Amino acid sequence: MLGKTANGLFWMYRYFERAENTARLIETGQRIALTRLDAGDDEWVSVLQSAGALTDFEAEAEGNPVTRDEAVDWLLRSGANASSVLSCIEAARQNARLVRTALTGEVWEATNATYMTARRILARKVSERDLPETLRTIRQHAALVRGMTLGTMMRTEIFNFARIGTFLERADSTARILDVKYYVLLPSAGAVGTSIDNVQWETILRSVSARGGFRLEYGAAGGPLEIAEFLILNKRMPRSLAFCAETVRENLLHLQQDIPDPLPSLDLVDALLAECLSQDIGAVFDFGLHEFIETVLAHLARIARQIEIDFRFYE
Amino acid sequence: MDVKGCDMENTPYFDEMWGHDARLRQPYRQFHDWFSEEDPARLRAKQREAEELFRLTGITFNVYGRAEAEERLIPFDIIPRIISGPEWSRLSRGIEQRVRAINAFLYDIYHRQEIVRAGRIPQDMISGNDAFLPHMIGVEPPGGIYTHIVGIDLVRTGPGDFFVLEDNARTPSGVSYMLENRETMLQMFPELFARNRVRPVQNYPTDLCRSLAACAPACAGDKPVLAVLTPGIYNSAYFEHAFLADQMGVELVEGHDLRVVDGRVAMRTTRGYQPVDVLYRRVDDEFLDPLNFNPDSQLGVPGIMDVYRAGNITIANAPGTGIADDKAIYAYMPDIVEFYTGERPLLQNVPTWRCSDPDGLVHVLDNLEDLVVKEVHGSGGYGMLIGPTATKRDIAAFRKKLKARPGNYIAQPTLSLSTVPIFSRQGLAPRHVDLRPYVLVSPEGIKVTPGGLTRVALKKGSLVVNSSQGGGTKDTWVQED
Repeated sequence: MLGKTANGLFWMYRYFERAENTARLIETGQRIALTRLDAGDDEWVSVLQSAGALTDFEAEAEGNPVTRDEAVDWLLRSGANASSVLSCIEAARQNARLVRTALTGEVWEATNATYMTARRILARKVSERDLPETLRTIRQHAALVRGMTLGTMMRTEIFNFARIGTFLERADSTARILDVKYYVLLPSAGAVGTSIDNVQWETILRSVSARGGFRLEYGAAGGPLEIAEFLILNKRMPRSLAFCAETVRENLLHLQQDIPDPLPSLDLVDALLAECLSQDIGAVFDFGLHEFIETVLAHLARIARQIEIDFRFYE
Repeated sequence: MDVKGCDMENTPYFDEMWGHDARLRQPYRQFHDWFSEEDPARLRAKQREAEELFRLTGITFNVYGRAEAEERLIPFDIIPRIISGPEWSRLSRGIEQRVRAINAFLYDIYHRQEIVRAGRIPQDMISGNDAFLPHMIGVEPPGGIYTHIVGIDLVRTGPGDFFVLEDNARTPSGVSYMLENRETMLQMFPELFARNRVRPVQNYPTDLCRSLAACAPACAGDKPVLAVLTPGIYNSAYFEHAFLADQMGVELVEGHDLRVVDGRVAMRTTRGYQPVDVLYRRVDDEFLDPLNFNPDSQLGVPGIMDVYRAGNITIANAPGTGIADDKAIYAYMPDIVEFYTGERPLLQNVPTWRCSDPDGLVHVLDNLEDLVVKEVHGSGGYGMLIGPTATKRDIAAFRKKLKARPGNYIAQPTLSLSTVPIFSRQGLAPRHVDLRPYVLVSPEGIKVTPGGLTRVALKKGSLVVNSSQGGGTKDTWVQED
């Protein structure tokens, strides 16, 4: 496979994953804003932060305070925001065109349909009333691409790069959500057990579509420690850091089979798993949750860079 | 439905369905029976459905000259253009003859130039021609083939009158539309294909793959490695490049995926550099090799011409083939066919005046209102004048350009292009068409795909069929004998 193709696949799926994650963050923000009586626009600051879009947003807003409308628009459809849902879908489709020959007809058509739909429903500012329907449509289309990918693609290296892109992005997203909200999970946060905490914890779980899974694992008794454990170390939770890292590893192992020299990127993933994701949650808190998340984010960035080199994405 | 819609009154043009005298022609008989029983509302729905199918599969082209690269659909018309078996066999014999002559001509002008020595073409038509590539002098292309893929543009003016308008010997495009048009018709009207015996076109990608592999250089293994070279996703025909690579199951590469490694052209894969044997390039000569041609090209491969001259890669079509479809050389095509095949040309040329020639220029200037004037190196319908439909002001402006650079233009009479009905809002309506059949050439022989791409001018009375100028396409049927 061409290095360029591997690159295109990696980014196509990264962008789709990012679009979906951003859509989910908007949904969470909206939900929290509606259910909190004292709802100000603070929640949107942390949503923007989790989406990695706050700095650019503030630069664009030129000192004006964050409002709900502007935050949603920025995250959903702003062309100036490279991580907006629309920008991501456009970038995913652009990459898909680049790697058209590596995709099945079904995946390409699902991608193209997603793009055409997104362009249509995000052509104008989305009103608060239409927001749930809009987000639902985007989620359904993202699911269609994923479904066609799982259902029609050969399990060759093409599939491996698609998965690696998806799960590196997902790990990044989960880590960023934790990075923004880590303080509400700290035992020293003081206000343990108050309703604010419950809302904040719920925010975190919603941001990764994990409320149901969390209840299944921990019942109704789960607190901040368990949430952190669930999102970081749980091997069955498809958005946890451990699960994502493990999936990236499996796909790299598959690629390694055809390559005589050991892949440096595989070593880096092994290091991430061994150093960060094989301990118990107590050790993570002892180390410091914030510092731990920063370490993981640095690992993820290194892995992504090494994959570019190992598979000759660029010259 | 009433098949002779309001617009099918007698016109001075030959209609391929209704002839000159509004009597249904034989090839359309079956189709006509089917069509007359169809509900127009259902057909209109089908027309929309076709558009949806095209949009979803992404069969688009990018429009040049716009601020934002915009993807557009080429409009598709659901009424097929039908050619009878005997009509086609005459045509394809003529096409084969012409393509054989073009290859022989290219070999000759890059070697001994017998045709110039024989005085059939003036020396400066060759050596003074921008499309002549001195780098190709004395080069032996693998398999002796210059034009692996040709698209001959034909027009028709009467039952038996076909003219060659242009020989596309560089990188003819549009074959993906031929294939997708058929695919769409098969999906929408399966019953039509059960009734009509239409010769298949779907083997084209397999034939292309086989034909290219048969031209592989000596250094290639049993299974030659093929690749399609595209200028990239912003090129107007990117969809087609991806489509063909996908259909052949070969890599789609850009210049920066390739480099010369150990005397071979190799592509950068996830496991290192892998040599390519045959490169189906959709990049123009000028941009092919920044070391040998345009030094600013980002689209080519530095040094590929040296590998080519050493015989270690096949470039399809060969560099320098542009001289064969040059509009100034076109006028000599009847001589060229006769010179190399020893036969009378089976396909007619359109009478052509070269404005570089003083007598020609005078004639053209005197008759601008009746002529079509084209730029010698132009393509895609840009920069041309269609006298009969142009305004006085257009003609005056063109006259100035023509006088300033006469050598830049040729002129031809306005042909009475045949029409084929399209499905318009009011029913059937005649529109002008042309035909581009696709030809594959290899040492194993010449293969003409039955049919080709029919382009249709959708605007009433218009003679310009180019997609960039509002033309559409039709499925083209060749009937089994």
